[in-house]
Amino acid sequence: MTTRRDLLAGAAMLSAALAAGGAFAQEPVKIGLILPMTGPFASTGRQVEAAVKLYQQRNGDTVAGRKVQIILKDDTGTADVTKRLAQELIVNDKVTVLAGFGLTPLALAAAPLATQAKVPEVVMCAATSSITEASPFVVRSGFTLPQVSAPMAEWAAKNNIRKVVTLVSDYGPGIDAEKWFSDTFKAAGGTVENLRVPLRNPDFSPFLQRAADAKPDAVFIFVPSGVGAQFMKQFAERGLDKSGIKLIGTGDVTDDDLLNDMGETALGVVTSFHYSAAHESPENKAYVEGFKKANNNMRPNFHSVGGYDGMHLIYEGLKKTNGQGGQALVDAMKGMSWNSPRGPVTIDPDTREVVQNVYIRRVEKKDGELYNVEFATIEKVKDPAKKK
Amino acid sequence: MLTILFDGVAYGMLLFVLACGLAVTLGLMNFVNLAHGAFAMAGGYVSALMLNRWGVPFVATLPFAFIIPAAIGLVLERTLYVHLYGRSHLDQVLFSIGLVFMSVAAVDYAFGSQQQFIRLPAWLQGRVEIAGVQVGLYRSFIIAICAVLVIAIQLVLTKTRFGSRLRAAVDDPRVARGLGINVNGIFAATFAVGSGLAGLGGALGAEILGLDPSFPLKFMIYFLIVVTVGGTSGIVGPFVASLILGIADVAGKYYVPAFGAFVIYTLMIVVLVLRPQGLFARAR
Amino acid sequence: MPAEAGSRSPVEAGLRHRPRWRWQETVFWILAFGSFFLTSDKHLLVSEIAILALFALSLDLILGYAGIVSLGHAAFLGLGAYVAGLLAKHGAGEPLLGLVAAAAAAALAGFATSFLVLRGADLTRLMVTLGVALVFGEIANQAAWLTGGADGLQGITMGPVLGLFEFDIFGRTAHAYTLVVLFILFLLARRVVHSPFGLSIMAIRDNPLRARAVGVPVNRRLVAIYTMAAAYAGVAGALLAQTTQFVSLDVLEFHRSADLILVLVIGGAGYLYGGLIGAVVFKLLQDAFATLTPQYWLFWIGLILVVLVLVGRERISLHAHGVLGRIFGRLGLPGRRVAPLAGGEPRP
Repeated sequence: MTTRRDLLAGAAMLSAALAAGGAFAQEPVKIGLILPMTGPFASTGRQVEAAVKLYQQRNGDTVAGRKVQIILKDDTGTADVTKRLAQELIVNDKVTVLAGFGLTPLALAAAPLATQAKVPEVVMCAATSSITEASPFVVRSGFTLPQVSAPMAEWAAKNNIRKVVTLVSDYGPGIDAEKWFSDTFKAAGGTVENLRVPLRNPDFSPFLQRAADAKPDAVFIFVPSGVGAQFMKQFAERGLDKSGIKLIGTGDVTDDDLLNDMGETALGVVTSFHYSAAHESPENKAYVEGFKKANNNMRPNFHSVGGYDGMHLIYEGLKKTNGQGGQALVDAMKGMSWNSPRGPVTIDPDTREVVQNVYIRRVEKKDGELYNVEFATIEKVKDPAKKK
Repeated sequence: MLTILFDGVAYGMLLFVLACGLAVTLGLMNFVNLAHGAFAMAGGYVSALMLNRWGVPFVATLPFAFIIPAAIGLVLERTLYVHLYGRSHLDQVLFSIGLVFMSVAAVDYAFGSQQQFIRLPAWLQGRVEIAGVQVGLYRSFIIAICAVLVIAIQLVLTKTRFGSRLRAAVDDPRVARGLGINVNGIFAATFAVGSGLAGLGGALGAEILGLDPSFPLKFMIYFLIVVTVGGTSGIVGPFVASLILGIADVAGKYYVPAFGAFVIYTLMIVVLVLRPQGLFARAR
Repeated sequence: MPAEAGSRSPVEAGLRHRPRWRWQETVFWILAFGSFFLTSDKHLLVSEIAILALFALSLDLILGYAGIVSLGHAAFLGLGAYVAGLLAKHGAGEPLLGLVAAAAAAALAGFATSFLVLRGADLTRLMVTLGVALVFGEIANQAAWLTGGADGLQGITMGPVLGLFEFDIFGRTAHAYTLVVLFILFLLARRVVHSPFGLSIMAIRDNPLRARAVGVPVNRRLVAIYTMAAAYAGVAGALLAQTTQFVSLDVLEFHRSADLILVLVIGGAGYLYGGLIGAVVFKLLQDAFATLTPQYWLFWIGLILVVLVLVGRERISLHAHGVLGRIFGRLGLPGRRVAPLAGGEPRP
């Protein structure tokens, strides 16, 4: 009873507070930022949050004469919470843009709402190709897995690798990576064997043993970034590196955030990706410096750059529409090009998908720290899953 | 495939070190301590921090990975757990889940949510070939440590005065008290050792299982499976159960990757249905 | 607190007295439905609460009334959610149909697994229920062609309720729909626990041996109540799937089952309203903490649990009993205590 009354009182106070808030600030532009801040994917959330803060610190918190207010919500990496938060942000807080989305299911859960409410959804991290097809209001600032795994296959085929075992985590992005790597590699004349690892898997040894038994030239791997280190150690422990089997993969495995802690076992791993903290450009140098300074020396990773560019996309879009949201904002974002810390970036007007350079990198030691050092560039890669 | 067998044994042994503390608290003291994984996590973090921040060699961190969680266990036992021995299993479950939640958030706050890594010394890396079987050095190291621990624990429980006092205290605390046995002290010591062992397991397992703040939640289920399947009669049951589960898990994932994840759960249900008290029930 | 069976003579009077509808209950439900008009911007939260309440009600049936502990109740929630979600995805968008199908599927699963659960003592039950939930979770993960695996079940489009009420973005329909379903199922549960069947279940909880001795078919009764609880959980899952129009593996996760016990403990088990009150308190707490400290709310939830247990659930509920005495105290609803899961006893 008491609690029921408290609920009502609380709700009344809350709505009063909301109303008051609305009256004070002259119509700020609200951005609902939904990220996993707790749970196993919390590091994604921290990276993006830090990047968003950095962007606001550098570019001010007003755009087109209106204040930009970020409302950060933690969805704990749980899709139905994402959905509810998105709905509340749209209905109660009346946000102009939804942004964030750490994982594919989370982004997909919010997509129908974006369509229904005509609120643009800027996907900063989630990387399954199909997300932008789920709603015409989804715009992606991060990357897609086909985009980074197909170039890896091309590179491998050109570098005397004939037989590959792929080892991917058994979920959307993993299957995407497996499919696009395998298809591209087979088309280039190689042979592939596919293995899938359960997403929650404490011990890789049986899978690695299978991979070793197949005696491939290289093992292609995709696992969520945190698990990559574990994998790499067991790869070395099993002696696969010494038996001449190369380790290749997408950059998730050698996540900049964690790379330094992985130790020497990571040396020499070749990956393809759209961002490395070691990318040579003045923009990136400034970005990495600023990021580290503001965040206790944490190194920015690919998720952070997705967040940073996502903010840029929103800011520039709002400038064009003069603070207006909805379809106009999505249209403003289409075709936009800019120079990001990762290099030149364009939003494909047809697919609302990011078009960017993909780099082939090798893990090397630089000034006593491990970095993904880029040595080849494939320019302006579109998401191959959407080529007709 | 002997290599698979070997990996399975190593995995099982690791599970055993992690779970044997729980086997003691749950099996002997009849306390459902779901927070056991939190002590394992503490051990892992002690090891990782000493290694990465102060450069202490890995093997030298292991004693601390035992002592510090044991000390934490002792303090918590004296201050909190002691009030819950007589309470229902449900109370104990709730209390220890609460502790798990707190430890997860606290570790996240203190050290961040990212994975912690342990750098092994060179002599523990790589593998050697023994009689045609590829054997990982680190896994051999784990097997050796665990084998020593199993024997030591079994001897302490069955052959020493402490062991017999503990068993007496468990069977009938009141009579044991009457005989002049310091029941509280024995429980506290046992709990501390159990927590310490978990910590040691956490440190040893960080390399293979990974280590991040969600560790206690992720692996709680494995510990419980080991203990319930093994039964609560002592240390042999959980040990055999660990080995069976370890081998079944690794072999299942190797031979039938598509069903790899089912093996361990199905095994547990089958065992519990056939023998509700576990494989090695205490004869009463 | 009413004595378990009362003394001989007033037994019959007591039994007749208990199921009578109290004015406090009426107020409770008026307020519950009133929330529809009063909390205009919290429709979503209220429907989440209603779903959690139904789920907790389901656990209360087996934990509070039959004394069966379960760490895997999410298995049925998840099953119901997937059944309802799949039905809607493949064309059968009528929500009520989904509810019925989900209830049937969950009841079937509950019936099948109840035989596993009947064996063994508390600890074994905890483990077996947990194991069943884990296996369900793994099946859902593996059967990606059907469930969408780790990506979740996409493309659910719900039809309007009864062909009349479309689910809207403000969650108004969801709010009313979930509350009505909760209310109907609550009435049914209330009827059941006051029936001779319900009384026999409580007799089993309090003393299985004695119950058996007076001729109660213990196992059959437990199977029946477990099946019923599973069906309830299935409906809760269906509601969840229908209102969010999305199902992910998360519905089968361990934390669902763990949170559920917490909910029931906050509210108190064994008098039906416990789950409902617990759901309100839990969700509000979670919402408040998550707003205050988005990163570390888990810590505070944990702290509450620890304090709750240390101070003593019994004492708190007794205290609450005093405070809310006029309101809930003499509800006369039977039970009102968790089954005696004694810590020191049945050791094999």
